[in-house]
Amino acid sequence: MSERLKRRFVDQIKVLFGWDPAKPSKPEDISPEAQKIHFYKKGNRDLIEQKLHARAHAEHGNKWRNRRWATLIFANLLFAVSFALDIQILEGALTASRFVGFHLIDLNSALQVMLAHKHIINNLLIGTGTVLVLWVLLGGRTFCSWVCPYHLLAEWAEKLHLFLAKKKLVTDQTMDRRLRTVFWIVFALLALATGYTVFEAISPTGILSRALIYGPGLAVLWVLALLFFEVFFSRRAWCRYACPIGLTYGVVGIVSPLRIKYKLDGCFHEGDCRKVCLVPHVLDTVIKGRAVETEVAIGPDCTRCGLCVDTCPTGSLTFEVKGLSKLM
Amino acid sequence: MSDQEDDRQAPAGTTSSAAPAVSIAKRQTNRRRVLRTILLTGGVLGAAMSGFLPLVYAQKKRLRPPGALDEKDFLSSCIKCGQCVQVCPVSAIKLADLVDGMGVGAPYIDAREQACDFSCDAVQCILACPTGSLTYHKPDFLPVRNGAALAAKPILLAKEKDAEPTLNLNERIGVARLVRPEACLAVQGKGFKGQTRGPGFKGKMRYMAVDRWKPIPIAEHPYDVAECDLCASECPIKGAISIETVFAPDGSQRKSPVVHEPCVGCGVCEMVCPVEPTAIAIEAREVWKV
Repeated sequence: MSERLKRRFVDQIKVLFGWDPAKPSKPEDISPEAQKIHFYKKGNRDLIEQKLHARAHAEHGNKWRNRRWATLIFANLLFAVSFALDIQILEGALTASRFVGFHLIDLNSALQVMLAHKHIINNLLIGTGTVLVLWVLLGGRTFCSWVCPYHLLAEWAEKLHLFLAKKKLVTDQTMDRRLRTVFWIVFALLALATGYTVFEAISPTGILSRALIYGPGLAVLWVLALLFFEVFFSRRAWCRYACPIGLTYGVVGIVSPLRIKYKLDGCFHEGDCRKVCLVPHVLDTVIKGRAVETEVAIGPDCTRCGLCVDTCPTGSLTFEVKGLSKLM
Repeated sequence: MSDQEDDRQAPAGTTSSAAPAVSIAKRQTNRRRVLRTILLTGGVLGAAMSGFLPLVYAQKKRLRPPGALDEKDFLSSCIKCGQCVQVCPVSAIKLADLVDGMGVGAPYIDAREQACDFSCDAVQCILACPTGSLTYHKPDFLPVRNGAALAAKPILLAKEKDAEPTLNLNERIGVARLVRPEACLAVQGKGFKGQTRGPGFKGKMRYMAVDRWKPIPIAEHPYDVAECDLCASECPIKGAISIETVFAPDGSQRKSPVVHEPCVGCGVCEMVCPVEPTAIAIEAREVWKV
């Protein structure tokens, strides 16, 4: 890793905790190769023509979105079906389960339980270990967009929000992203101080997962209230500004080899990717003149949802497994 | 929202202290953003804290599944996954809803609706629990309340002839008590004939005489007894309850169900009691008092 990418790696960890991404300020912040491309793009008059050409030929699909939705629905249905038909493939709920007998335990729930209970139980440790390895391999916040049932509902609520925003009926009220870090700390302290898993009582992920498996209860009202807030006031507010689960998995994603890779040379800097992204601050590098290298890995707050990959007209954003291209 | 109004009233005086790089409009936007952020913080924390309300004025004590830790430890260690729900052959375990506050998603048993009759033989819910909230052996650092410990491992009548007739339980989850002696059919010297709890009752139980491995609806198993002794005859634990002759306050003799020390608090007596509301009930998390 070059010195510049190392600096960016650290900067992206700060971005995960809610700070704004750093802009390259000095010329030496950007590698000579990347500078050359930035310069070339500035002076090139054919670019507009190329852009229109790429636009016309762009295959705007929903490949990754469809795969992701299918995975998310399949995973959640597998829980429900396992119980309903008593086939015992995936028993439990998203907070803790057994997959053909293997313990799987949600990292954030496990953390809450350990902080509240102040004792560590072997099964809990085994299940947490399995899940930790799984999500280190698969990308940390991949959990959010590929598994969490609230994410899917929030995506649909977001569509509604964007439709209403287009009609100028609502405006997105943005907030300080550091709030999520504050919530993470507050909920950890609350668990520690009160001895109750306070966050679990309001976690829409847990509530929805149990509702799907064991039938809905009044707690679903809280989830509806959150969705209402997101539709009419603040786009994706829960996932962006509140959910400690996202931050927990984000931290796991810091070391994950699976991520989105950005290639500078083909990009026209139109920003379509940033418009569809749940966490557009991780795509700061696609803004004109920001990329510090010709190829840049997207940071740990990225949920690896692939919407940007689907949207990009030039194929400048792709899924990548670090080191795999060297192996093959 | 009153965004437009705020824009018009942009206070001119405050601009002097502003950093020159930030415009008034930008500062306005930033300030509103801070306000919104604080609002959301309040909202989410308010919702989270509302979970404490039901605890503060908790009217009902929930009966927890067998092997449950003491309530406070139980609520802190339960990960709310419902694996105990999934393994119960009689679906005795339910998950609590919003009204239970911090207990959202935590398992409980409504014994009157469906008691635990140990149809699984092995207390499967404990086996299923991934966090040790339900446990066969309480770890050393957790104290056992006086009277919560069973004097001996309870003998499950259904397994009495097996090589290992006991249940792996060390503590009771509650104690049965005759809460309305005046309503008890045995006390009144009455018998009982027909379906206890009526034809529409969904509760299930296994009857060894019918099928050891297949619990059937209680409604499909009518009774005919000259003197009601359902609580004693259906109790799954050996020696936990019997019908005895006792002296009434006026000195006369009468029959009455008497609960003994082996009672684990499973709630079968409460489920099968034919009187409405029940004459015998489990006092959840109660201990044995001599």
